[in-house]
Amino acid sequence: MSARFTRHRPAVVSVTLIVLLGLGALFAGRLSPRDPVYIDLSHKFAAPFTKGHPLGADELGRDVLSRLLHAGRISLSVGLAAMVVTVVVGAVLGSIAGYVQGVVDTLVLRLTDAMLSFPPIFMLLVLAAFIRPSLASMTVIISVTSWMDVTRMVRGQILTLREREFVVGARALGATAARILVRHLFPNTVGIIAVAATLAVARAILLESYISFLGYGIQPPLASWGNMLNNAQSYFATAPWVAIFPGVMITLAVTSFNFVGDGLRDALDPRHARARA
Amino acid sequence: MRYYLARRVLQALVVLVLVSLGGFTVLHLAPGGPAAIYAMSPTMSAEDMERLTHQLGLDQPLHLQYFKWAAGLATANWGRSYRDGRVVLEVITDRIPATVVLMLSAFSVAVLIGLATGIVSAVRQYSLFDHAMTLTAMIALSIPTFWLGLMGIYVFAELLRVLPPGNIGTIGAPFALGDRLRHLLLPASTLGVVMVATWSRYTRASMLEVIGEDYIRTALAKGVSRGAIVLKHALKNALIPLVTLAGLQLPLVFSGALVTETIFTWPGMGRLFVDSIGYRDYPVLMGILMFTAMLVVAGNLAADLVYAAIDPRVRHS
Repeated sequence: MSARFTRHRPAVVSVTLIVLLGLGALFAGRLSPRDPVYIDLSHKFAAPFTKGHPLGADELGRDVLSRLLHAGRISLSVGLAAMVVTVVVGAVLGSIAGYVQGVVDTLVLRLTDAMLSFPPIFMLLVLAAFIRPSLASMTVIISVTSWMDVTRMVRGQILTLREREFVVGARALGATAARILVRHLFPNTVGIIAVAATLAVARAILLESYISFLGYGIQPPLASWGNMLNNAQSYFATAPWVAIFPGVMITLAVTSFNFVGDGLRDALDPRHARARA
Repeated sequence: MRYYLARRVLQALVVLVLVSLGGFTVLHLAPGGPAAIYAMSPTMSAEDMERLTHQLGLDQPLHLQYFKWAAGLATANWGRSYRDGRVVLEVITDRIPATVVLMLSAFSVAVLIGLATGIVSAVRQYSLFDHAMTLTAMIALSIPTFWLGLMGIYVFAELLRVLPPGNIGTIGAPFALGDRLRHLLLPASTLGVVMVATWSRYTRASMLEVIGEDYIRTALAKGVSRGAIVLKHALKNALIPLVTLAGLQLPLVFSGALVTETIFTWPGMGRLFVDSIGYRDYPVLMGILMFTAMLVVAGNLAADLVYAAIDPRVRHS
């Protein structure tokens, strides 16, 4: 299986990128040439490679590289935290719906449909406007609008598994529903949960950047890749680097997580790989 | 078929009820509830506030309030905007044409390009073109739409100065089709990129599946030309499942439109939504949220019914 993953070249490149981004965020304090919130108007819009700013400075003379590294911390932690909540909610709802079936299943399915009917950004903006923005609240509202796909994937997997011999056998031996779910079914869903988790990180990073860009997410002076682009549009003529670099970071991070999810899926299901890749 | 139809419509109705419950909950989650805007006004005394709460029916039990609100929703009585007192439904319908123009133009171009590239990718699987398309599609699905739009403005409006950076037409100038199209080009392309990628990927997967079927091998064995097989035998069946994609994509397209409209100052529904958040205009916010959700439910239902009508396998399973 690991060999099958490493054969997916974009996925391998992506893992490397994610590790680099992660290290950058982790050691942001040491790698940053300057304090990310230090305002120095004499350095306003300093071009890249001038006045000691490798990637230039923004409208308040803050160092773009330092802000990118620190913003990575915020964006990646929101992405990871939202992924954990999303996956837990999705896996629990999905397994219960798939195993118990009947009314519970129907209810969960319709609830999923209802939540999927709201355009995600609309929903996020409404929630974000009502709740005071913080790392925790961002994580929660992103999860609230993201658990549906995981629920569907896990439910589908449980449905195909629950009639298999080993489950029927366990049931015949008198195992309780909870035991069957936890001991027999859950271990067999770890694969698709891993896929869902990587895709959820990608989605969460993207959604965080959207709301922060629109001004309802992470609030300045704290930097996130999204809010660094807040006013970028007004400075195109003088300082295009302010608009370019944060977007490149978001695209790199999201593409990488998406490719890893893709590679994991192919590695877990070779049939799928042959049909797609 | 009749059974399938009835079941599917019933499901959609249940989803609509849940959607309205969701909207109602969010409305009451708002700090201060639906009357919050009046509480902010310095001229309001506590007695005024109490009277208002009573007039708005906010002192009634929650389930009664919900029924009243849902009844209003069903009878096109969506309340009035806090911002200018206009009827919510009117405020929204004013903005629909601009959004429809933007979405339809992005959609039609995206479907054409997506189908074409998807077919070529499937027929020439593992070719350089196929690999390049896979990579491009993945990046296109990962780029934040707002940043793509910003880069479009930077390159085409700021550096090359060939396209306008925003608005639906030149301000103050009389209506001219050419001018409108020039203004449409950048926003529609921005919105279309994600759609092209999705359509291309789905077409490719669907084509590959059909190409593996026995009847395609039979056609090959009979000596039918490859071109005829792809276009007549394979494509016809590969397109069927794609019918549902249009419905499934709708929520994401709305989201993309919101962001695109914000960046390009396009006077559509998405921009209205963002503006209304700034004004805490809850009736309009809820109106748009409900309106888009209902469209999505209807769109998915329509797609499923069309799918069942053209593919008998669906309604019998």
